[in-house]
Amino acid sequence: MNIVVCLKQTFDTEAKIVIDGSGNIDSTGVDQIINPYDEFAIEEALQLKEKFGGEVTVVSMGPEKAEAAIRTALAMGCDKGVLITDPGLENPDEWVTAEVLSKAIAQIPYDIILVGRIAVDFGASQVGVRLADLLDIPSVSSILKLEIDGDKATVTREIDGGTELIELSLPAVLTAQKGLNTPRYPSMMGIMKAKKKEVKVLNLADLGLNASDLQPKMTVQKFSLPTPRTAGKKIEGEPAEVAAELAKLLREEAKVI
Amino acid sequence: MNFELNEDHIMMRKMVRDFAEEEVAAGSAERDEKEEFPLDLWNKCAELGLAGITFPEEYGGVGADYLSYAITIEELSRVDASLGVIISAHSSLCANPIYMFGTEEQKQKYLVPLATGEKMGAFGLTEPMAGSDASGTRTTAVRDGDEFVINGTKIFITNGYYADTYVITAQMDKSKGNRGITAFIVEKGTPGFSFGKKEKKMGIRSSATYELVFENCRIPAENMLGEEGRGFKVAMQTLDYGRIGIASQALGIAQGAYEEAMKYAKERVQFGKTLAEMDVIQFKLADMATQIEAARLLVYQACHYATHKKPVSKYAAMAKVFASETANAVATQAVQILGGYGYTREYPVERMMRDAKITEIYEGTSEIQRIVIAANILREQ
Repeated sequence: MNIVVCLKQTFDTEAKIVIDGSGNIDSTGVDQIINPYDEFAIEEALQLKEKFGGEVTVVSMGPEKAEAAIRTALAMGCDKGVLITDPGLENPDEWVTAEVLSKAIAQIPYDIILVGRIAVDFGASQVGVRLADLLDIPSVSSILKLEIDGDKATVTREIDGGTELIELSLPAVLTAQKGLNTPRYPSMMGIMKAKKKEVKVLNLADLGLNASDLQPKMTVQKFSLPTPRTAGKKIEGEPAEVAAELAKLLREEAKVI
Repeated sequence: MNFELNEDHIMMRKMVRDFAEEEVAAGSAERDEKEEFPLDLWNKCAELGLAGITFPEEYGGVGADYLSYAITIEELSRVDASLGVIISAHSSLCANPIYMFGTEEQKQKYLVPLATGEKMGAFGLTEPMAGSDASGTRTTAVRDGDEFVINGTKIFITNGYYADTYVITAQMDKSKGNRGITAFIVEKGTPGFSFGKKEKKMGIRSSATYELVFENCRIPAENMLGEEGRGFKVAMQTLDYGRIGIASQALGIAQGAYEEAMKYAKERVQFGKTLAEMDVIQFKLADMATQIEAARLLVYQACHYATHKKPVSKYAAMAKVFASETANAVATQAVQILGGYGYTREYPVERMMRDAKITEIYEGTSEIQRIVIAANILREQ
């Protein structure tokens, strides 16, 4: 079975987000990790490989440093990596990302494509579905369970208030939801082996694309941070007075009662 | 010279840290309280390849360098110093002497399962009359045909009872002092080999520390490790490398205590401001961070010499004495910053301060480290 996993390198979920002087998100000194939902996709791919044999190829679009995320996936047990990096891809929207990934994936034999349900940075949840559309194959989002029998897949997906059982034919794009599995740690042996595995680095020209045809259809106008929490208020005095004052503030100032 | 970790080491640190935080940290306090040996965590460490980091792949190891090993022990010890020493004693004190001095047969039979983590290892050198002074070794080995007969008692043995494979030293000719000592490999379950009392310790309480008792214990002659009469050399060289593990453990304790103190200082408000806003606490944190960085550089330097098979004795002793004294100083200050809370078991710094002390004692006390350093520098001049 040939399995393709798309991954995105994102900020560590514990990173403090800072906006720099020109209004962009400052990535200086921030640890970069594999998007946690993509880790579920990787784990599922590795389990499929262990069951059915075959090869897992990790595909990522991003800056050169995103190779570190691919290497981590290789250390977990994936076989090969493809990184698409190009100066023309600095601020892609989801359409651009899907266009580029679909061109790269079209060059790889695949029976199934696994991606994370959402990237924890911009949270658009678009790339997986767009990718399926461009490749003209079915897609199911937010899967919690996957079973494969020949070229047929049975998936359980999360819907509001319950689950849905879907049968579909392969190849397909499936997006991984938390709960699908528990991603493994890369082992020490895996880390040592990862550096010997192949990571193909491609630019737009290698895919027969050029930056001028890939102008984002959407551009971010402004980033802003949530309003910082203001300091709490301390009410002092006799218990009865304190309670009365608290009730008054909750009604008049906080407007919660 | 490059002071930044490479991509592999960054990945290893992240992997071990994730594992330590997600699987190890939550149970540290309870295992300490109950003196519970973490067999399940040992098995998980083995699966991740942490039992044989520095040994070549052909012997079941990972084939990584000493820096990978130091990073691993540091990250484990940052949340649980007991697990740190379990891995360190296994790798440095049992698997490593077999790797350095073993015959090809011994390596195939004993090193391979140790390096894969299928078996656990321990090292028996210390005796009631032989602590810092190995020449006091009273355990004897007598040749009898194609066997050796071992008699005597070893004390304070880390991983005792739980380990499968033991590297021990015994006296074969008392008149020769240290030159009469020989090293042997003994398997758990050998008739005549049993375990005495389990020590009740101040710190690293979830690691097991046992007496080993040998009563007419017969082992095959081929289990002699290294040459006859060279057991002292085997032990000393083993400890040279072992000290890198203990220095890393100490570094991890210091780092863990420092992070706890930093977190608390940023949250705790007294006199209308956080502790972290007060000069007196800032100066403490600055000193802690500086000591830790200095210790880390000494540990990494010792790793460099160990990986490149250059003389490591002086650098390992310097790293060990400095890192262990740093662990004690930093953990003590961390308790001080947390004040009354720091003295309770509600917060991990109390455990860290107890765990830190042993790093100044085992695998050569701080006094012995200074003797080793002095002997090296006097010889160099």
